[in-house]
Amino acid sequence: MIRYYDLIVIGGGPAGLAAAIEAKKNGLEKVLVIERDRNLGGILPQCIHNGFGSVIFKKDYPGPYYVKKFIDEVYSSDIEILLDTMVFDITSSKKVYASSCDHGYQELQAKAIVLAMGCRERTRSQIRLPGARPSGIFTAGTVQRLVNIEGYMPGKKFVVLGSGDIGMIMARRLTLEGAKVERVVEVMPFLTGLRRNYVQCLEDFNIRLDLHHTVKRVIGKNRVEAVEVAKVDESLNVLQGTEELIECDTLLLSVGLIPENELSKRAGVDLDTITGGPFIDESLETNIEGIFACGNVVNIHDLVDYVTQAGYLAGKNAALFAQGKKSRRGRKIRLLNGENVHNVVPHFVYPDVIKNDSIMLQLRVNKPFENKIRIQLTDSKNVILEYSEKYARPAEMIVIKLQGNDLIKNITSSCDKILVRVMEE
Amino acid sequence: MSNKIKRKLICIRCPRGCEIETTIDGYAIEEIKGNICKLGEEYVKNEINDPRRIITTTVRVKGGIYPLVPVWTTAPIPKDKIPGLIKLLRTVELDAPVEIDKVVIKNIFELGIDIVTSSTVAKKNENQIQRNNNTMNFNNKHHNK
Repeated sequence: MIRYYDLIVIGGGPAGLAAAIEAKKNGLEKVLVIERDRNLGGILPQCIHNGFGSVIFKKDYPGPYYVKKFIDEVYSSDIEILLDTMVFDITSSKKVYASSCDHGYQELQAKAIVLAMGCRERTRSQIRLPGARPSGIFTAGTVQRLVNIEGYMPGKKFVVLGSGDIGMIMARRLTLEGAKVERVVEVMPFLTGLRRNYVQCLEDFNIRLDLHHTVKRVIGKNRVEAVEVAKVDESLNVLQGTEELIECDTLLLSVGLIPENELSKRAGVDLDTITGGPFIDESLETNIEGIFACGNVVNIHDLVDYVTQAGYLAGKNAALFAQGKKSRRGRKIRLLNGENVHNVVPHFVYPDVIKNDSIMLQLRVNKPFENKIRIQLTDSKNVILEYSEKYARPAEMIVIKLQGNDLIKNITSSCDKILVRVMEE
Repeated sequence: MSNKIKRKLICIRCPRGCEIETTIDGYAIEEIKGNICKLGEEYVKNEINDPRRIITTTVRVKGGIYPLVPVWTTAPIPKDKIPGLIKLLRTVELDAPVEIDKVVIKNIFELGIDIVTSSTVAKKNENQIQRNNNTMNFNNKHHNK
């Protein structure tokens, strides 16, 4: 027996919750959120540190505190929720197939879908880390869950690979809980997380950080006994003779997040190999009409506030679509990452539609710029729009709200590509 | 003989993290340079003489669906009080259900700062999946123990 919904949101984290709330506010009747975990909140319930809400609430909250506001709002509206339920297939005709212990196999049909599945952590095998394969190698998020939710200490002596925020935050957490973090090792010549985390997570606890270093191999029989770290050159290759053995019993991997898009692929959603997430336009719609995407499933965010904003936008547009009030009209322009830009989102804009709207442009630079920079949107000949920032780092996503009007008034009718590039002032 | 020391700090008041150089003579701050705004100046003054941090951690919960609840300090506490706080919180055990914003310890170390919960933990009932603190029984997910 098929169940029908106006909107099905896949994922009950901050992106999905915001999308469902906003869709409801825009008048949709039957909205369903499907979450595979036993509780809503996504990754936030295990992010017990503060730093959330500076944009949305102008406050500084811990992760669980931030997301509870949205969980409460969902529970107090008549948004339907399926917990402990795994979506295992979606189709381009917006059929959703899910399964759970409580309700078994379920076949659902939606008018619109919002993809909000978030991301996964990069694993040991994905970075092809050589050496033995003992127990004691975890991704940082796994340790975060074990320590903060389940109440386990997974080891006593740690080495952290990667200077991303999750790794640094866990270094602090583990030290507060009595462990010794021997070293944090980062392959790039710069910090990949926020500077404030270097101070309050590493410097505060005298944890040594080695930039331009990597873990060369893992040593240990049944359990990690040591890791061999080494310096790397500009091409990130190990420099022979710089090897050092560090005794430890646990290796923490903080080596990147990957948008989780297996379901998107099954529905025929086109994915960008640079972001790992779907191609989207300014309304967060994918190549499949009526399927929208928001949050870390599209591109990795460092501030959850921007995830919430994207969720609101996706929910609003999904509602419009389900109500038959939204269609793609006219030509589309491709936004491409240019010089010094690692990725830019959205990938497409529809100039005939965006006249009176604003667009959230999100981009990341591929290396740090410690002085004033200029962000330029150019067609093949001219600079269409220009913005400046006081600095730019890969760890901090740049979000620009640009007016659709400002964009289209400076482009020709034959323009089909806009390059987004960053230049030093 | 002058007691001047130069110190380099990274300001943590915003994500920019300005690298600030400061010259200190005893307890007096003589010079602050490298910051782009007043927050950096404030940060250095506080960090040199009274460094404080917000602490986020967990305390144990008895009879809840999870064994822990996250807590935090209502304001930054002096850095040298942190180890004492962590040691004290290890002795705390709350009874489920635990509500959010519950005061766990009031006026910690007479600082006028409280430790409060930042999430909820519902009471475990018979229908919930059993969580034994010492083992993870994946095979016995739906058995009551």
